[in-house]
Amino acid sequence: MIDKTHWRLFRFASPATFYPLAGKLVPWFAAVAAVLAAAGLYLGMLRAPTDATQGDAYRIIFIHVPAAWMSMLLYVVMAFWAAIGWAFNARLASVVARAIAPTGALFTFLALWTGALWGKPTWGTWWVWDARLTSELILLFLYGGYLALVSAIDDTRRADRAGALLAIVGSVNVPIIYFSVIWWNTLHQGASVSVTAAPKMASVMLLAMLLMTRAFWANAFAVIFVRTRAIALERDNHAAWANDAVARAPVRQGASS
Amino acid sequence: MNWNSAADFFAMGGYGTYVWGAYAVTLACMAVEPVLVVLRHRRARRALGGAPR
Repeated sequence: MIDKTHWRLFRFASPATFYPLAGKLVPWFAAVAAVLAAAGLYLGMLRAPTDATQGDAYRIIFIHVPAAWMSMLLYVVMAFWAAIGWAFNARLASVVARAIAPTGALFTFLALWTGALWGKPTWGTWWVWDARLTSELILLFLYGGYLALVSAIDDTRRADRAGALLAIVGSVNVPIIYFSVIWWNTLHQGASVSVTAAPKMASVMLLAMLLMTRAFWANAFAVIFVRTRAIALERDNHAAWANDAVARAPVRQGASS
Repeated sequence: MNWNSAADFFAMGGYGTYVWGAYAVTLACMAVEPVLVVLRHRRARRALGGAPR
Protein backbone atom coordinates (compact mmCIF):
# COMPACT_ATOMS: atom_id res chain seq x y z
CA MET A 1 0.00 0.00 0.00
CA ILE A 2 2.69 2.45 1.02
CA ASP A 3 5.90 2.76 -0.94
CA LYS A 4 8.70 1.22 1.10
CA THR A 5 11.03 4.07 0.25
CA HIS A 6 8.86 6.61 2.06
CA TRP A 7 10.50 8.43 4.93
CA ARG A 8 9.86 6.76 8.24
CA LEU A 9 9.48 10.26 9.64
CA PHE A 10 6.23 10.70 7.77
CA ARG A 11 4.73 7.92 9.89
CA PHE A 12 4.32 10.53 12.61
CA ALA A 13 2.56 12.86 10.21
CA SER A 14 -0.42 10.53 10.50
CA PRO A 15 -2.82 11.40 13.33
CA ALA A 16 -3.41 7.68 13.86
CA THR A 17 0.24 7.34 14.90
CA PHE A 18 0.70 10.72 16.53
CA TYR A 19 -2.42 10.63 18.71
CA PRO A 20 -1.44 7.64 20.92
CA LEU A 21 2.24 8.62 20.93
CA ALA A 22 1.48 12.15 22.15
CA GLY A 23 -0.88 10.69 24.73
CA LYS A 24 1.93 8.57 26.13
CA LEU A 25 4.39 11.49 26.21
CA VAL A 26 2.14 14.05 27.91
CA PRO A 27 2.40 12.68 31.51
CA TRP A 28 6.19 12.54 31.18
CA PHE A 29 6.47 16.13 30.00
CA ALA A 30 4.12 17.22 32.79
CA ALA A 31 6.17 15.37 35.41
CA VAL A 32 9.44 16.78 34.08
CA ALA A 33 7.95 20.28 34.12
CA ALA A 34 6.84 19.90 37.74
CA VAL A 35 10.20 18.54 38.94
CA LEU A 36 12.24 21.17 37.10
CA ALA A 37 9.98 23.98 38.29
CA ALA A 38 10.28 22.79 41.89
CA ALA A 39 14.07 22.69 41.61
CA GLY A 40 14.24 26.04 39.82
CA LEU A 41 11.97 27.77 42.33
CA TYR A 42 13.88 26.27 45.25
CA LEU A 43 17.19 27.61 43.91
CA GLY A 44 15.80 30.90 42.65
CA MET A 45 13.53 31.87 45.52
CA LEU A 46 15.28 30.28 48.51
CA ARG A 47 18.96 29.79 47.70
CA ALA A 48 19.94 32.54 45.27
CA PRO A 49 21.34 35.64 47.00
CA THR A 50 19.71 39.07 46.90
CA ASP A 51 20.94 41.15 43.96
CA ALA A 52 23.29 43.98 44.93
CA THR A 53 21.60 46.64 42.79
CA GLN A 54 18.02 45.43 42.25
CA GLY A 55 17.34 43.86 45.64
CA ASP A 56 14.87 40.99 45.55
CA ALA A 57 12.86 42.49 42.69
CA TYR A 58 15.28 40.71 40.34
CA ARG A 59 13.71 37.34 41.34
CA ILE A 60 11.05 38.02 38.70
CA ILE A 61 13.78 37.03 36.22
CA PHE A 62 13.13 33.33 36.95
CA ILE A 63 9.75 33.54 35.25
CA HIS A 64 10.20 36.61 33.05
CA VAL A 65 13.12 35.38 30.95
CA PRO A 66 11.76 31.82 30.47
CA ALA A 67 8.35 33.24 29.44
CA ALA A 68 9.98 35.66 27.00
CA TRP A 69 12.20 32.97 25.50
CA MET A 70 9.25 30.61 25.11
CA SER A 71 7.13 33.34 23.51
CA MET A 72 9.73 33.76 20.74
CA LEU A 73 10.62 30.08 20.37
CA LEU A 74 6.97 29.00 20.14
CA TYR A 75 6.29 31.61 17.47
CA VAL A 76 9.12 30.26 15.31
CA VAL A 77 7.95 26.68 15.86
CA MET A 78 4.35 27.67 15.07
CA ALA A 79 5.39 29.41 11.84
CA PHE A 80 7.55 26.40 10.90
CA TRP A 81 4.75 23.85 11.28
CA ALA A 82 2.24 26.18 9.66
CA ALA A 83 4.59 26.47 6.67
CA ILE A 84 5.10 22.68 6.54
CA GLY A 85 1.36 22.19 6.71
CA TRP A 86 0.89 24.57 3.81
CA ALA A 87 3.82 23.49 1.63
CA PHE A 88 3.32 19.72 1.96
CA ASN A 89 -0.43 19.78 2.55
CA ALA A 90 0.33 18.05 5.87
CA ARG A 91 -2.81 18.35 7.94
CA LEU A 92 -1.31 17.35 11.26
CA ALA A 93 1.41 20.01 10.91
CA SER A 94 -1.30 22.66 10.57
CA VAL A 95 -3.04 21.26 13.63
CA VAL A 96 0.20 21.51 15.62
CA ALA A 97 0.62 25.14 14.52
CA ARG A 98 -2.88 25.96 15.73
CA ALA A 99 -2.26 24.12 18.98
CA ILE A 100 0.87 26.17 19.65
CA ALA A 101 -0.71 29.61 19.17
CA PRO A 102 -2.69 29.94 22.46
CA THR A 103 0.28 28.74 24.53
CA GLY A 104 2.61 31.13 22.71
CA ALA A 105 0.19 33.98 23.30
CA LEU A 106 0.00 33.07 26.99
CA PHE A 107 3.78 33.15 27.40
CA THR A 108 3.91 36.48 25.55
CA PHE A 109 1.33 37.91 27.93
CA LEU A 110 3.29 36.55 30.92
CA ALA A 111 6.54 38.05 29.61
CA LEU A 112 4.83 41.44 29.33
CA TRP A 113 3.05 41.13 32.69
CA THR A 114 6.10 40.05 34.67
CA GLY A 115 8.15 42.65 32.80
CA ALA A 116 5.76 45.41 33.86
CA LEU A 117 5.97 44.28 37.49
CA TRP A 118 9.73 44.24 37.21
CA GLY A 119 9.93 47.57 35.41
CA LYS A 120 7.95 49.51 38.00
CA PRO A 121 10.37 49.03 40.92
CA THR A 122 13.57 49.11 38.84
CA TRP A 123 12.81 51.66 36.09
CA GLY A 124 10.01 53.55 37.83
CA THR A 125 7.49 52.75 35.10
CA TRP A 126 5.20 49.85 34.19
CA TRP A 127 5.58 50.44 30.50
CA VAL A 128 7.73 52.36 28.06
CA TRP A 129 7.55 52.38 24.26
CA ASP A 130 11.04 51.01 23.92
CA ALA A 131 11.99 48.72 21.04
CA ARG A 132 12.13 45.51 23.12
CA LEU A 133 8.79 46.07 24.84
CA THR A 134 7.03 47.31 21.71
CA SER A 135 8.22 44.41 19.54
CA GLU A 136 7.13 41.91 22.25
CA LEU A 137 3.71 43.59 22.31
CA ILE A 138 3.57 43.20 18.52
CA LEU A 139 4.29 39.49 19.04
CA LEU A 140 1.19 39.29 21.25
CA PHE A 141 -0.83 40.98 18.48
CA LEU A 142 0.59 38.51 15.93
CA TYR A 143 -0.53 35.55 18.03
CA GLY A 144 -3.91 37.20 18.53
CA GLY A 145 -4.17 37.99 14.83
CA TYR A 146 -3.32 34.41 13.90
CA LEU A 147 -5.94 33.01 16.29
CA ALA A 148 -8.59 35.47 15.10
CA LEU A 149 -7.82 34.80 11.44
CA VAL A 150 -7.95 30.99 11.61
CA SER A 151 -11.16 31.06 13.63
CA ALA A 152 -12.82 33.54 11.25
CA ILE A 153 -12.50 31.30 8.16
CA ASP A 154 -14.93 28.39 8.03
CA ASP A 155 -13.05 26.24 5.53
CA THR A 156 -10.48 24.56 7.79
CA ARG A 157 -7.72 24.12 5.24
CA ARG A 158 -8.16 27.63 3.83
CA ALA A 159 -7.96 28.94 7.39
CA ASP A 160 -4.75 26.92 7.89
CA ARG A 161 -3.19 28.45 4.78
CA ALA A 162 -4.21 31.99 5.65
CA GLY A 163 -2.87 31.50 9.16
CA ALA A 164 0.38 30.09 7.78
CA LEU A 165 0.88 33.17 5.62
CA LEU A 166 0.34 35.45 8.61
CA ALA A 167 2.61 33.34 10.81
CA ILE A 168 5.42 33.28 8.23
CA VAL A 169 5.27 37.01 7.50
CA GLY A 170 5.07 37.79 11.21
CA SER A 171 8.13 35.70 12.02
CA VAL A 172 10.28 38.64 10.87
CA ASN A 173 9.36 40.17 14.23
CA VAL A 174 11.19 37.49 16.22
CA PRO A 175 14.75 38.54 15.32
CA ILE A 176 13.64 42.14 15.83
CA ILE A 177 12.66 41.30 19.41
CA TYR A 178 15.85 39.36 20.00
CA PHE A 179 18.25 41.97 18.61
CA SER A 180 16.23 45.04 19.65
CA VAL A 181 18.45 45.63 22.68
CA ILE A 182 21.49 45.77 20.36
CA TRP A 183 19.98 47.63 17.40
CA TRP A 184 18.33 50.36 19.44
CA ASN A 185 19.15 52.23 22.59
CA THR A 186 16.59 50.61 24.87
CA LEU A 187 15.66 51.00 28.50
CA HIS A 188 15.44 47.22 28.57
CA GLN A 189 18.80 45.72 29.48
CA GLY A 190 20.86 43.67 27.06
CA ALA A 191 21.04 39.89 27.17
CA SER A 192 22.38 38.48 30.45
CA VAL A 193 22.90 35.10 28.83
CA SER A 194 24.05 34.46 25.28
CA VAL A 195 25.63 31.67 23.32
CA THR A 196 28.82 33.59 22.56
CA ALA A 197 29.74 35.19 25.88
CA ALA A 198 30.07 34.11 29.50
CA PRO A 199 26.82 34.72 31.42
CA LYS A 200 26.70 37.98 33.35
CA MET A 201 25.09 36.54 36.49
CA ALA A 202 25.86 34.36 39.48
CA SER A 203 25.87 30.66 38.68
CA VAL A 204 23.07 29.74 41.11
CA MET A 205 20.87 32.42 39.51
CA LEU A 206 21.76 31.17 36.06
CA LEU A 207 21.04 27.57 37.01
CA ALA A 208 17.65 28.52 38.48
CA MET A 209 16.77 30.45 35.32
CA LEU A 210 17.79 27.58 33.04
CA LEU A 211 15.82 25.08 35.14
CA MET A 212 12.74 27.31 34.92
CA THR A 213 13.22 27.64 31.17
CA ARG A 214 13.31 23.85 30.80
CA ALA A 215 10.25 23.59 33.04
CA PHE A 216 8.32 26.06 30.87
CA TRP A 217 9.49 24.19 27.79
CA ALA A 218 8.29 20.83 29.14
CA ASN A 219 5.02 22.43 30.24
CA ALA A 220 4.53 23.83 26.74
CA PHE A 221 5.11 20.39 25.21
CA ALA A 222 2.54 18.78 27.52
CA VAL A 223 -0.13 21.43 26.94
CA ILE A 224 0.45 21.65 23.20
CA PHE A 225 0.32 17.87 22.77
CA VAL A 226 -3.01 17.66 24.60
CA ARG A 227 -4.38 20.53 22.50
CA THR A 228 -3.08 18.90 19.31
CA ARG A 229 -4.87 15.68 20.24
CA ALA A 230 -8.08 17.60 20.94
CA ILE A 231 -8.00 19.54 17.66
CA ALA A 232 -7.11 16.40 15.69
CA LEU A 233 -10.17 14.62 17.11
CA GLU A 234 -12.41 17.64 16.51
CA ARG A 235 -11.33 17.83 12.88
CA ASP A 236 -11.35 14.15 12.04
CA ASN A 237 -14.51 13.26 13.91
CA HIS A 238 -15.63 10.98 11.08
CA ALA A 239 -12.29 9.32 10.49
CA ALA A 240 -11.72 5.71 11.41
CA TRP A 241 -8.55 6.47 13.36
CA ALA A 242 -10.39 8.91 15.62
CA ASN A 243 -13.10 6.39 16.45
CA ASP A 244 -10.48 3.71 17.04
CA ALA A 245 -8.46 5.99 19.28
CA VAL A 246 -11.44 6.99 21.34
CA ALA A 247 -12.87 3.49 21.62
CA ARG A 248 -9.42 2.23 22.54
CA ALA A 249 -9.99 -0.66 20.22
CA PRO A 250 -7.61 -3.62 20.62
CA VAL A 251 -6.27 -3.02 17.09
CA ARG A 252 -4.44 0.14 18.10
CA GLN A 253 -1.82 -0.26 15.40
CA GLY A 254 -2.49 -2.26 12.28
CA ALA A 255 0.11 -4.82 11.26
CA SER A 256 0.71 -2.91 8.04
CA SER A 257 1.82 0.28 9.74
CA MET B 1 19.22 29.73 52.77
CA ASN B 2 18.85 33.38 51.93
CA TRP B 3 16.03 34.23 54.38
CA ASN B 4 15.84 34.60 58.15
CA SER B 5 12.09 34.08 58.52
CA ALA B 6 8.93 33.39 56.55
CA ALA B 7 7.88 37.03 56.91
CA ASP B 8 11.25 38.01 55.46
CA PHE B 9 10.63 35.72 52.51
CA PHE B 10 7.15 37.07 51.80
CA ALA B 11 8.32 40.67 52.11
CA MET B 12 10.93 40.06 49.36
CA GLY B 13 13.04 42.94 50.64
CA GLY B 14 10.12 45.34 50.18
CA TYR B 15 9.37 44.19 46.63
CA GLY B 16 6.77 41.61 47.70
CA THR B 17 3.91 43.19 45.74
CA TYR B 18 5.86 43.10 42.49
CA VAL B 19 7.49 39.70 42.90
CA TRP B 20 4.36 37.92 44.16
CA GLY B 21 2.16 39.77 41.67
CA ALA B 22 4.31 38.40 38.88
CA TYR B 23 4.46 34.88 40.33
CA ALA B 24 0.75 34.68 41.23
CA VAL B 25 -0.44 35.56 37.73
CA THR B 26 2.11 33.23 36.12
CA LEU B 27 1.08 30.37 38.40
CA ALA B 28 -2.62 31.02 37.80
CA CYS B 29 -2.20 31.03 34.01
CA MET B 30 0.01 27.96 33.96
CA ALA B 31 -2.38 26.08 36.26
CA VAL B 32 -5.53 26.98 34.32
CA GLU B 33 -4.23 26.33 30.79
CA PRO B 34 -3.60 22.58 31.32
CA VAL B 35 -7.10 22.20 32.84
CA LEU B 36 -8.66 23.94 29.84
CA VAL B 37 -6.86 21.78 27.27
CA VAL B 38 -7.68 18.56 29.15
CA LEU B 39 -11.36 19.58 29.26
CA ARG B 40 -11.27 20.37 25.54
CA HIS B 41 -9.73 16.98 24.82
CA ARG B 42 -12.35 15.27 26.97
CA ARG B 43 -15.14 17.10 25.13
CA ALA B 44 -13.68 15.95 21.82
CA ARG B 45 -13.56 12.34 23.04
CA ARG B 46 -17.12 12.49 24.36
CA ALA B 47 -18.36 13.96 21.09
CA LEU B 48 -17.05 10.79 19.47
CA GLY B 49 -18.82 8.66 22.04
CA GLY B 50 -15.60 7.58 23.68
CA ALA B 51 -14.37 7.34 27.22
CA PRO B 52 -13.49 10.80 28.61
CA ARG B 53 -9.93 9.84 29.37
